[in-house]
Amino acid sequence: MPLVKDGKIAADLFVHVPDGAELPGDGAILVPAARFLEDPQALLAHAGKLGVIWPNNRDIDDLVPYLDRLAAIALVFPSFRDGRAYSQARLLRERYAFEGELRATGQVLRDQFVFMLRAGFDAFEVKKDSDAAAFAATTKRYSVFYQPTGDGRVTALNRRMQLRHSESAGQ
Amino acid sequence: MYAYDELDRTLINERVSEFRDQVKRRLSGELTEDEFKMLRLQNGVYLQLHAYMFRVAIPYGTLSSKQLRALAHVARRYDRGYGHFTTRQNIQFNWIKLAELPDALADLAEVGIHAMQTSGNNMRNVTSDQWAGVAPGEIEDPRIWSEILRQHTTLHPEFSFLPRKFKIAITASDHDRAAIKIHDIGLRLYRNAEGETGFEVLVGGGLGRTPFIAKTIKPFVSRRDILSYVEAILRVYNQYGRRDNIYKARIKILVHELGIEKFAKEVEEEWEQIRDSALTLEDSVIEEIRSRFSYPAYDKLPHMPDELKKAAHDPHFEAWRRNSVFTHNVQGYSIVTLSLKPVGGPPGDATADQMDAVADLADKYSFGEIRVGHEQNLVLPHVAKRDLPALWKALDRIGLATPNINLVSDIIACPGLDYCSLANARSIPIAQELTRRFANHDTANMIGRLHINISGCINACGHHHVGHIGILGVEKNGEEFYQITIGGRADENAQMGTLIGPAVPYVDVADVIEDIVEAYLALRARPDELFVDTVKRLGVEPFRERVYATR
Repeated sequence: MPLVKDGKIAADLFVHVPDGAELPGDGAILVPAARFLEDPQALLAHAGKLGVIWPNNRDIDDLVPYLDRLAAIALVFPSFRDGRAYSQARLLRERYAFEGELRATGQVLRDQFVFMLRAGFDAFEVKKDSDAAAFAATTKRYSVFYQPTGDGRVTALNRRMQLRHSESAGQ
Repeated sequence: MYAYDELDRTLINERVSEFRDQVKRRLSGELTEDEFKMLRLQNGVYLQLHAYMFRVAIPYGTLSSKQLRALAHVARRYDRGYGHFTTRQNIQFNWIKLAELPDALADLAEVGIHAMQTSGNNMRNVTSDQWAGVAPGEIEDPRIWSEILRQHTTLHPEFSFLPRKFKIAITASDHDRAAIKIHDIGLRLYRNAEGETGFEVLVGGGLGRTPFIAKTIKPFVSRRDILSYVEAILRVYNQYGRRDNIYKARIKILVHELGIEKFAKEVEEEWEQIRDSALTLEDSVIEEIRSRFSYPAYDKLPHMPDELKKAAHDPHFEAWRRNSVFTHNVQGYSIVTLSLKPVGGPPGDATADQMDAVADLADKYSFGEIRVGHEQNLVLPHVAKRDLPALWKALDRIGLATPNINLVSDIIACPGLDYCSLANARSIPIAQELTRRFANHDTANMIGRLHINISGCINACGHHHVGHIGILGVEKNGEEFYQITIGGRADENAQMGTLIGPAVPYVDVADVIEDIVEAYLALRARPDELFVDTVKRLGVEPFRERVYATR
């Protein structure tokens, strides 16, 4: 499964460590939420980068105390019909100012890329190779955005207001 | 009319090109049907009994003549020459070919029409009063708010994969023509005691198998805060709405299970976090949207022109005028409703030729503007009274002057088993038969206002729960049966109808409805006591007795 990071197909530096498996001594690891919450301090002491896979039916409030010490959070799309992780992503980025990697996992298809980028994701475990290859083209598909989110894209309304402003200034 | 600017047009075109790519990937097999299903639903494409069905949005029910001609073109070029106007200010085409859909969308995009989010688990077309901007006594034009919400809800990055579909309706009049109390969010624009305009926000209304009337979640939300407040509701719903059972996934179930107080508290907490954000609507922003709505340059015209006085001698014209012509907020003008309920016809259907003809009449008599109401009729919203006789003749020629607005044959019906893969029973032939039974205008007029709503299954697309008489098709041992309710209504006093007794077979439905109407005529206190008021006063029992005594 290809990883797209910062707009390009990239090697995944994080090793998924399933429940029960032994932790590697160092290197970047992604651990499930339950395992992390069992003993957060022990995991935060891990020598390499730490990321947590957070399920979409658990309040992110439980994760908030640790955000500044996490390198990555992976949010889950069990099916692409299930949009709970979009809310989690926006809250992490916009309310809690999480600055690490925000990764979309699960059923991730090209048709969600723009939504995901706008919600704050910057890494994508893409299901199909063809979708990963189409990432750059797909995310250029839209140039107009109506909603203000934390991604910094200028909304249609802002562009109109700027236009009005410059028109009236030019008169 | 709202004029789309370059940005709106660009976005629609970008959506068309995305959908063209999605269809291409489906046709090449790159996408499975399951993967494609969600994508096509986001764009108004259903797979029905016989073909793909294509639902196009008519935001807040406003169309220009040019747009209506484009809909006629789609009906003619890609379908079988007609379209079906729905209860949510959409139009459906029933025979479209998948491979041609992108072209149909591209043709519509040229006139600023799209099918974004007309199905799927997202925010649907934001609907409004079909008399918006012309209704006497209105606080202000609610379409400005519908448009603000249309933009905000279009391709929303957080709320495009909700637990279930989500419908918003807005009214700005005392009399609610937008049925806001049966919507996921209903917004009532009003002026509070301090003179500030804002919204009463209602939440959790809906029909389907678990019908609820919406409850007030906040009695007053200032206009500057309405986007953030709606966003807070959606965020709570997106996270906590049920996803384990499609029948329990609408927001009405979440509101019901949590209770309105607890739900309101959750929303309030979320809202406190986002109310002072980029979502705040400054007056200048509201003005920017408002400035792109244009209004006709009305003439100063007499209240009672000679043309109207002269035509009053024609009883046919008078019957139509009294029934289908309504008071406009500008003197000398009228609002005219065009009945899409001809005797024997399927409710809400219009042919491509009719659409073209209505577009021409709108250019000639209504400043090029047409409206679509949730009762599945069309409206010419700005007709000079002096033009009414000529308009009537022209409408009569194209079969759109049936004087039955709000009468017993002005039936709301879903497509039913004739088209729909969900239906248990037919709706259209029941409606057709009823229009024949009540074809006599004098009889229908004597009966007075009476709304019959028909759904072919429990999903309630025909709004049967809130019909004065509701007819619901069910299936019993492979046969079509119909449950009948009375006393429902969809306006500001919205309530669900009450079942009058056991379901009746297909062949008996029209007889039963006639019995109910006869019972009403015998029971009403005065000729002007409406059917629904008689039911309220007496309950269902006397009607039940009448219907089932001989069955």
